[in-house]
Amino acid sequence: MNIPTRFNPTARWLHWSMAAMIVSMLFIGVGMVTSISARPWLIDLHRPLGIAILLLVVLRLRNRMRHRPPALPSTLPHWQKTAARASHWLLYGLMLAMPLIGWAMLSAGGYPVQMSPSFALPPILPQDVTLYAALRAAHGWLAYLLFATVLLHLSAALLHAWVYRDGVFQAMAGRIRQRVGRER
Amino acid sequence: MNESDPHRPSVVPPVDTSAAIAKRERRRQLAALAGIGAIALGSASAFAWTAGWIGGDRLTAQRIVGAMEANGPAHPGFRRNHAKGVCVSGTFRGTPQGQALSSARAFSGTPVPVLGRFSIGGPNPHGADNTARVRSMALQFGGPGEPQWRMAMNSFPFFAVATPQAFHQQILAKRPDPATGKPDPVAMEAFLAAHPQAREFGKWAKTAPWSDSWANTQYNSVNAFRFIDADGTERFVRWSMQPRLPFHALDAEERERADADFLAADLHARLAHGPVHWDMVVTLAAPGDAVDDPSQPWPDTREQVVAGTLTLVHAEPQATGECRDVNFDPLILPPGVAASGDPILAARSAAYSQSFNRRQREIALGRGDAATGTEPTR
Repeated sequence: MNIPTRFNPTARWLHWSMAAMIVSMLFIGVGMVTSISARPWLIDLHRPLGIAILLLVVLRLRNRMRHRPPALPSTLPHWQKTAARASHWLLYGLMLAMPLIGWAMLSAGGYPVQMSPSFALPPILPQDVTLYAALRAAHGWLAYLLFATVLLHLSAALLHAWVYRDGVFQAMAGRIRQRVGRER
Repeated sequence: MNESDPHRPSVVPPVDTSAAIAKRERRRQLAALAGIGAIALGSASAFAWTAGWIGGDRLTAQRIVGAMEANGPAHPGFRRNHAKGVCVSGTFRGTPQGQALSSARAFSGTPVPVLGRFSIGGPNPHGADNTARVRSMALQFGGPGEPQWRMAMNSFPFFAVATPQAFHQQILAKRPDPATGKPDPVAMEAFLAAHPQAREFGKWAKTAPWSDSWANTQYNSVNAFRFIDADGTERFVRWSMQPRLPFHALDAEERERADADFLAADLHARLAHGPVHWDMVVTLAAPGDAVDDPSQPWPDTREQVVAGTLTLVHAEPQATGECRDVNFDPLILPPGVAASGDPILAARSAAYSQSFNRRQREIALGRGDAATGTEPTR
């Protein structure tokens, strides 16, 4: 079977646009729960952006199932391959879980799940204090876990790009990066 | 490399020995590793700063609520301020005059369901009603899955301060001195000297007559908002719930004698006889009026419009009532109503959310039994 050397264009497009959205979301999230001035506009951004990520991650998982990703270089130690695979599935899991937990949490807290001033999503859970408290805690702690995993992912990607130079970074990099990589 | 290549030039380049290449490569790799470390550390620091974990003395929602908590004993499961209250319910029906100002569904003329809460100011859920200068009415128009309008109004006509920073200073100035159990008068005087507009609030608190009921008290939005009509025209407004019941004063002597829970008893007695009504009176700002400073009242001569009528029919204890688990965040607004740039309004939204998260957590962990009425009887 033909193993590709790069992720397909859909995967690359989804990866980079979602990377920007997720990093923004993490900063918006921690910012809006502390800021006494920026909360109103940050929270107005946080909810629709979260639902957009939820829709995109569904597309992304579907694409991932249908298109075989490039293999990791055979020179990579076994533990690094395992770590890479585990962190990728952890990232997918968190991308899917975070918006759903956010939506469920607002539902359980009795908050309207406002997408815009005139449109709100229906609640997906009944109002319940215990559920709200549990989901609110989970949303916060999983956000920290997601940020830590993103940092690890970014560091590993740069390690492949700048130190190993083994094509792993190029497999996800855009067309321009690919050319630059080849010219080296 | 192919070491045994017969065509390989036999002259070894003088500088680029394989050892020199390897050394350069190692140096390059070290620089790359340092760069990756710096990027990771920089990102983590930016995140920690945004989260308020590092970066000095920025005022955050956590610090405001923390300062309130530090001013008295803990009351787990209760709101951090306005802790004592009762739940109410009823309906709101808008007028055509209201509809002309805002496209909010509440003004459509069809009654909308209302969930609400009356409370007294202060962090003590067992505080005496006759010592609480401030009373408040919080409302939620519309139920789950509907566009909602939440508001938290107060009996004072203007706020003591203009900024969240000044509000935080005021909380610190009110902190009881461990020696006397009372706020330090020197700290309070220093606060008032720095924030002279707070003296106006003090004058109101001293001179305004007390009413003898939640039902004949007027409640004010205090903060300004924007009403947006069907054509998209925006107007800055403040509003009040004006009681239909005539004001009846509670003089100092009556107040002295009043029961600690007289407000709830009075409300239950009134509602047993029938609904209680308020008119929602909207005041329109004139050019130049302070729309982002809640400590500046607008002149009495401003145009006023009766935008609707609030009818409350039922009251129940907050421990088991629906209002207990509602955050009356004044920035949960329907289409047709939007926030002003008032910094106190944004800070209220942030602090209410903190208070809500803390008390919901306490209740969920079983520490808020007093707040949920499940406290074992002694």
